[in-house]
Amino acid sequence: MQPSLLSSILFATVVAGTPLVITALGELVTEKSGVLNLGAEGIMSMGAVAAFAVTLHTGSPLLGVLAGLGAGMAMSLIFAVASLTFMANQVASGLALSIFGVGLSAFIGKPYESQALPSRATWDIPLLHRIPVLGHAFFEHQALVYFSWILLAAVAWFLYRSRTGLVLRAVGEAPAAAHAVGYKVVRIRYMAVLFGGAMAGIGGAFLSVFYTPLWVEGMVAGRGWISLALVVFATWRPARVLVGAYLFGGAMITQMFVQGSGMHLSVPSQFLSALPYAATIIVLVLISHNRATIRLNSPASLGQPFSPEA
Amino acid sequence: MKARNTVLTVLAASAALAAAPPAQVGFVYVSPVGDAGWTYQHDLGRKEMERALGGQVTTKFIENVPEGADAERVIRQLVTGGAKIVFTTSFGYMNPTEKVSRAFPDRFFFHATGYKTGKNFGIYNARFYEGRYLCGVIAGKMTKSNVAGYVAAFPIPEVMQGINAFTQGMRSVNPKAEVRVIWVNSWFDPGKEREAALTLISQGADMVTHHTDSTAVVQAAEEKHKENKNVYAFSYHSDMAKYGPTAQLTGTTHHWGEFYTRTVKEVLAGTWKGTNVWGGFKEGMIKLAPLNKAVPEDVKKLVLAKEKEIASGKLHPFAGPVVSQDGKERVAKGKHMTDAELGAMDYYVQGVASTLPKK
Repeated sequence: MQPSLLSSILFATVVAGTPLVITALGELVTEKSGVLNLGAEGIMSMGAVAAFAVTLHTGSPLLGVLAGLGAGMAMSLIFAVASLTFMANQVASGLALSIFGVGLSAFIGKPYESQALPSRATWDIPLLHRIPVLGHAFFEHQALVYFSWILLAAVAWFLYRSRTGLVLRAVGEAPAAAHAVGYKVVRIRYMAVLFGGAMAGIGGAFLSVFYTPLWVEGMVAGRGWISLALVVFATWRPARVLVGAYLFGGAMITQMFVQGSGMHLSVPSQFLSALPYAATIIVLVLISHNRATIRLNSPASLGQPFSPEA
Repeated sequence: MKARNTVLTVLAASAALAAAPPAQVGFVYVSPVGDAGWTYQHDLGRKEMERALGGQVTTKFIENVPEGADAERVIRQLVTGGAKIVFTTSFGYMNPTEKVSRAFPDRFFFHATGYKTGKNFGIYNARFYEGRYLCGVIAGKMTKSNVAGYVAAFPIPEVMQGINAFTQGMRSVNPKAEVRVIWVNSWFDPGKEREAALTLISQGADMVTHHTDSTAVVQAAEEKHKENKNVYAFSYHSDMAKYGPTAQLTGTTHHWGEFYTRTVKEVLAGTWKGTNVWGGFKEGMIKLAPLNKAVPEDVKKLVLAKEKEIASGKLHPFAGPVVSQDGKERVAKGKHMTDAELGAMDYYVQGVASTLPKK
């Protein structure tokens, strides 16, 4: 394999994986606090349309990303009020949020259907981007790709090295105990849900402003659901989210390169497209098989409502 | 006596026509109307028909209707809501449409891209491959790398016809040319479509086209011009020049307006007889989008001449000899492919460099 080919496959893999990394890391923090928010697809759609509209009107992708972040937070606030304050079923309200978000974004996006944004320049990291093969693959990207790596480091540090992160995990594992020692469980969960929504909003913004600079209805195309699967695939560990996202992206990109090269391939492309999903199921089976892994990683109170009065 | 009777009948009929309330015509769309693409073109056709028939009709459309059981409910709703004629515009509506057409023998139903017909149930489709052939001719003339890239959704005969017609056209003027295909296994995923286009471009394609629903491929080609790479694109369904003013050379566009007008007129006049319409350039059901100024004058002339030849039936995109990728002669010299053979196409012709995904 030529180095230039390898480097373009890696480059495309990183780009395809980035919206998944951002969204899944947000969801991971949410789930670590014990809340299961299935609304990612809808939140990403709203983030995508808001970011697109603002970037189009202001010409500033930064403001666009902030708008995506804001839209994501607003959407997840709806979910938080329903599931945390009014203690609605989290699965049901998350699913409702997904459907609502996809529909609402289509409605808001109507006037933007015919427009396109200029593509964004990359930020080449000095020196590093000159490394053969890896330089192009990892250090000649648009800003949000670097953001996804910083986010990974920040989330990992926050969860495992900071005091607040410890509290957040305690809330996810044993909300009653955390409440008993004086932590505001519902308030902490609100914060986690809002953070998750903000990240899903940025994930959507990446799609509409950077990845394919256009808005069309349905453009998130299932990436919200993939992000949710990734959190499970990663057994709630941040670094594995990155690996999983690049596996998803890599599988898609590699099979495209193979198809385009005219190489004879006896495996159908449909099968390769399904591979990452199959991997998720296999990982699920494996971790379910080992009780210790689940206990260590899956937040014990995931999906269960908590009422301080109870 | 007879003449007078006729005059009276005509008078009575026109009086009835003048007094009759406008007939309702319903449309069922598979996706939102949007700004470009399959459904958008059908909706343009609906509007054109409504304008052409003045006060004789009112139209109604329901968009984003999932194919399958839901479709039957929607079609029934249109009929019980007063629609005299219903057009259902996607393949998956065929069985529900047929079912409803049998339940309402006094109404008329038309289904796009299917194969079942009935007494009050007609089908219609367009010969998109004719446009693809001409796009291929331009690609063959203008390519520098002799490689074209094709982003495709699913290996069904209609998509195969497009890939093969494009290849036939390209090779007719450039025997060295080859076409590479990437299947994205989705009708609509702009991110994936764009990635596929960029992959093909990185593998040497300087001409790209797509049989998917978004504008992402044209946009990806347009962006390459900013990097000073001359990559050109051919759009599909709609003219996508505003997404790729430099990159889009032309495209195969769909035009249903005349067909809708003619059919509704015939039904209202009571002259409609069961039909299976498959129209191309000749019937005006497909057209080429305006040619980009980057297309040289002699190529322009050649393409317009070939367009006339196709319309007159002198040139058939699948005129023999048609040789499939494995070297088998599918159509002998002097013959051309029949409609039945076109409808069952499941192989690549020579010149396609990719291998077909196995079933």
